Amino acid sequence: MAEAVAPVRPNVSLAQRAWRIRHNALRMAAVQGQGYIAQALGIADVLAVAYFHALRYRADDPHWEGRDRFLLSTGHYAIALYAALIEAGIIPEQELETYGSDASRLPMSGMASYTPGMEISGGSLGQGLTIAVGMALGLRRKNSDALIVNLLSDGELNEGATWEAAMSAAHWRLDRLIALVDVNSQQADGPSQQMLGFEPLAAKWQAFGWHVQRIDGNDIAALVAAFDAARSHAQPSPRVILCDTRMARGVGFLEQREKAHFIRVAADEWQSALGALGEMPA
Amino acid sequence: MSTDRPRLTTSAMIASLAAEGQRIRAAPFGHALAALAARRPEIVGMTADLGKYTDLHVFAAAYPDRFYQMGMAEQLLMGAAAGMAREGFVPFATTYAVFASRRAYDFICLAIAEENLDVKVCCALPGLTSGYGPSHQATEDLAIFRGMPNLVIVDPCDALDVEQAVPAIAAHRGPVYMRLLRGQVPLVLDEYDYSFELGRAKLLRDGNEVLVISSGIMTMRALEVAEQLRADRIGVAVLHTPTIKPLDEAAILEQAAKPGRIVVVAENHTVNGGLGEAVAALLLRHRLAPPFHQVGLPDAFLAAGALPTLHDRYGISTAALATRIRNWL
Ligand SMILES: Cc1ncc(C[n+]2csc(CCOP(=O)(O)OP(=O)(O)O)c2C)c(N)n1
Ligand SMILES: [Mg+2]
Repeated sequence: MAEAVAPVRPNVSLAQRAWRIRHNALRMAAVQGQGYIAQALGIADVLAVAYFHALRYRADDPHWEGRDRFLLSTGHYAIALYAALIEAGIIPEQELETYGSDASRLPMSGMASYTPGMEISGGSLGQGLTIAVGMALGLRRKNSDALIVNLLSDGELNEGATWEAAMSAAHWRLDRLIALVDVNSQQADGPSQQMLGFEPLAAKWQAFGWHVQRIDGNDIAALVAAFDAARSHAQPSPRVILCDTRMARGVGFLEQREKAHFIRVAADEWQSALGALGEMPA
Repeated sequence: MSTDRPRLTTSAMIASLAAEGQRIRAAPFGHALAALAARRPEIVGMTADLGKYTDLHVFAAAYPDRFYQMGMAEQLLMGAAAGMAREGFVPFATTYAVFASRRAYDFICLAIAEENLDVKVCCALPGLTSGYGPSHQATEDLAIFRGMPNLVIVDPCDALDVEQAVPAIAAHRGPVYMRLLRGQVPLVLDEYDYSFELGRAKLLRDGNEVLVISSGIMTMRALEVAEQLRADRIGVAVLHTPTIKPLDEAAILEQAAKPGRIVVVAENHTVNGGLGEAVAALLLRHRLAPPFHQVGLPDAFLAAGALPTLHDRYGISTAALATRIRNWL
């Protein structure tokens, strides 16, 4: 494996990283009293393994040419990525207090021009994988071995552009490209399968020419193994890790919420949410 | 924790346009469509994973078997709406204004408009009505759609306008793009002698010093400014122009020809290619040259932030409009 860099607090376990990412996200959500906190809690394990096991980057130089590129096309997941970027030392922790406020570098929707470590502007869903294809082609032209990792939501599988990009990535044999799909089974109007059924997902990506793994996206050991397998896979095809996640994972009373896409929580409930997260794992 | 901290301003996607204490009506589009659907069995509702966010869920609850959830696939939504229309149905297709105008443009243009099909594209978050940043701020939707032949364009002011526009656009045969105000929508126009008529501009109040020609929420702003300036004996006429295309040329020319007034066109849209430029060209074609001013959004990608902050910064709040009009007098 290429140098996997854990830039701050090297003795912290991945489970502890994930806990701290959840903790950061809850503190940000509390600033606004609302937000995409269920997504952040659900994807925290994926981000912990990405940022503290798989990705190569320099916390003090987010534009370092040799970095692996992490592309967040789901702008509304920004709260989750901010939480990870804070844990990675790319964003100072005290900025967490400004989340979603006027003149903050941490707007509710992730945008490249606002935030160090945010590679692309998300928000118009379904664009991320197309940009990833172009970056992979560009990096190949530059003889770079950097990875391009694109985090997609399952809702983005509804967009035709995602599948255009999927076909293209296989066509160009983009073997440095890893797509992570957060299959949280939720979209804006309700459960994903009621919006536009996309199963069987593994077979679809396979048929599109991708190396496919489908795992429990809240299982850190499974995530580590999947990232390693995606990196070491010998065939020149793009790789996708389909991550089945549980929304609001780690905060029981939020996991039970039916309206999970955009959560409003009463001011006093945020304390209970932090409480429900429990102590940092040993 | 933040419990006792003052509530911070927010760049959330959804924000109400209603001022504190303003009268509102909830989901006027959804209720009007459900009411109309009782009389028009060929109407169907279609959305791209934004039923709840465009108030179409009200229609969906009333007529579940006439509601089509197409998933977050705006191109598919518009193509499928065209197909439905070809088979004799009248689809009301909803998404956000950015995704209809930017992502689905080609499908609306060729599959719907070129065939003059009876599809009503109704879109939330028009202009600057979201603090979420450029991905959700449809600052150029009118410019984009004004270029599309056959398409009628409607920019309602408030809940009453939305309610009355729904049956009016359904009665029109052909494609329509309507800017949607959703959720808790301000109610303003019921205090005026007004009703929505497709293709008609209406003089809501008269005045001798200023003529404001406006559409959408800027009419609400203009009415508030007119009230403020009345205290200083400055008369502000407000010509509400909810149909952007085709423009009510006769009404605009008649008002603009009255001497002694400055003309201010106010729109919740970039100054490029919207109502302001449409009116300017109209006046010039008819050799009318009153002192002319445009109020609209700058030609820029706008910031994320709280909506009131942004409306002030970009000059479309009531206060900003009043200041600018005073400076022009
Ligand atoms: C192109 C596009 N269409 C519609 C939207 C509005 N939108 C924002 S999030 C969302 C739900 C998409 O599903 P997903 O990302 O899986 O939702 P989540 O898991 O976060 O609930 C929609 C429709 C958008 N941002 N971009
Ligand atoms: Mg989802």
